[in-house]
Amino acid sequence: MRVIVWLVEGTWPACVDAVRAHAPHATDVVLLHVTEPDVPGLAHGAFAGLLGRGHSEPDPGDRLEALGTTSAAQLLAAAAERLGRPGTRVERAGRVEREVVAAAEGADLLVLARDGDRTRLGPHSLGRAGRFVVDHAPCPVLLVWPDVAPDVTTIPPPPPRH
Amino acid sequence: MDGRHDHLPEGRTLNTLLVQGLSGARNTPLDETVSAPLGTPLAETVSASLNTPLAEALSVVLLVAVLACAVIRPFNWPEAVVAVPAAGLVVVTGAISWDHVRAEAGHLGPVIGFLAAVLVLARFCDDEGLFQACGVWMARWAAGRPGRLLTAVFALASAITAVLSLDATIVLLTPVVFATAARMGVRPKPHVYACTHLSNTASLLLPVSNLTNLLAFTASGLSFTRFAALMVLPWLAAIGAEYVVFRRFFARDLGVAAPPPSADESPDVPLFALVTVGCTLAGFVVASALGIDPAWSAAAGALVLATRALVRRRATPLTVVRAAAPSFLAFVLALGIVVRAVVDNGLADALDAWLPNGSGLLALLGIAALAAVLANLINNLPAVLVLLPLAAVSGPGAVLAVLLGVNIGPNLTYAGSLATLLWRRIVHQHEHGVDLKEFTRLGLIAVPAALVPAVLALWISLHVIGG
Repeated sequence: MRVIVWLVEGTWPACVDAVRAHAPHATDVVLLHVTEPDVPGLAHGAFAGLLGRGHSEPDPGDRLEALGTTSAAQLLAAAAERLGRPGTRVERAGRVEREVVAAAEGADLLVLARDGDRTRLGPHSLGRAGRFVVDHAPCPVLLVWPDVAPDVTTIPPPPPRH
Repeated sequence: MDGRHDHLPEGRTLNTLLVQGLSGARNTPLDETVSAPLGTPLAETVSASLNTPLAEALSVVLLVAVLACAVIRPFNWPEAVVAVPAAGLVVVTGAISWDHVRAEAGHLGPVIGFLAAVLVLARFCDDEGLFQACGVWMARWAAGRPGRLLTAVFALASAITAVLSLDATIVLLTPVVFATAARMGVRPKPHVYACTHLSNTASLLLPVSNLTNLLAFTASGLSFTRFAALMVLPWLAAIGAEYVVFRRFFARDLGVAAPPPSADESPDVPLFALVTVGCTLAGFVVASALGIDPAWSAAAGALVLATRALVRRRATPLTVVRAAAPSFLAFVLALGIVVRAVVDNGLADALDAWLPNGSGLLALLGIAALAAVLANLINNLPAVLVLLPLAAVSGPGAVLAVLLGVNIGPNLTYAGSLATLLWRRIVHQHEHGVDLKEFTRLGLIAVPAALVPAVLALWISLHVIGG
């Protein structure tokens, strides 16, 4: 059984715990993290706007790329340690939602955490990327709450019948 | 400083006289001959000058070459490699008179010194750990909430841009903000966007905040404190507008709560750097009250931090010189001379028709809008060099309106100007994956939202405090 675990800053521990709880017999666990290159690109652009400084100051975009790589590696290492058994670490770069769907091809299960506004239960608890992945995943999906799942009393009353 | 005011009209008279004298088509009217202030220098200039259309063509070609090389950076040369010979060429061919070269150098000299001091100050503040401490403070204040982190980023980026210039925010603060967001587990995008926007919008307050301000400061003839007093309301208005736009535009990203923060880091407060910067700021106020150039205060602050680094063997004399960015300073001086040649030889008359006169609200709005458009087409540095001599004639209000336009405007275009953006697209340097649609959409909302209230605030300041 091949399980892909999509890890995002802040919410990843819940996904690793879900694999341990719900897929203890998985033979192949892939820990996946996707880096979006657009944020370093913002810094590259801001630096390009500083006319004449090309040789005098370092491009902060390069620094952001390096920082991004380091923090992604640290996240994957922490996740592997939390998983407590062998797993493959995969780091991809690109549009997050599309990279996740592409990585999930041929998998038996995709584990992800809600990436939206969790203070507003309902559709908003899934962010744009999460929504896309849930809609387009080529395999079954295990969608977990990053912290404790809300209990049934949080469900709003049904709308009045017309 | 005030040389700028009387120099330009004089220069135009000179050029008009030159054309008439060389072509011989018209007789020089008597009153103009009488009003021509220069007798012997005129004769000198005639012998050394090209005629105006040719001089204008040469200056424009050289300006385009200088700007193109600054954007393209062929063979990875420093920008000054093309700019300095270009400036030499306009001087040697007589496209700009020696008087104007002297005036431009005299005007840009103190600006460049000021700039060098601020760059050194920011660099050694970083070495003292000021920006690292900013990261810890932001994370503490945010307590895991992305909305609070954005507020902290706004506060610190605005303060750092105002005091240590926009270079400090882009080069030194942005990586710290990114690392802080990553450590907290929140999405970095809104916060990095905030740094890039505020490096422009929050650079309105002090003459040191932006090179454009330094140029305008000397052209306007305002004192340091008066400049700051007139700009504080526009500065607050622009930042406030950006904040409202950001909270709404990034509501989704900011709604994702981060996990509770882990072990609390205790920051090492970089007391020495903070005290030095505080004293430098106080020095600006005192110097301007005593009529001394505030650049000396910045130089003193830079000297204190650089000396400390040298004594502690954290820096060598070479790193201090490098921190002052000598090739950038040479580029600014050379660009100033080439732009002056372009302005002198005809651009002034062409743009004069476009630039509204006076300091009424509508005129200020018009000036700011024109400046914003020009900054987005080329870059705000050449834009401000072109517009300043024209606006200086209308007084400080018009000069400050130009600043609002050239400082807030660049948020509209990725990489600061259409020229740079086009080039980056041509060489595929855009595969960093920035969503240009998102960038431009944010700019289209944020730039007018910040610019209009800022102009309104400037108009109020001018009425309350007086230009």
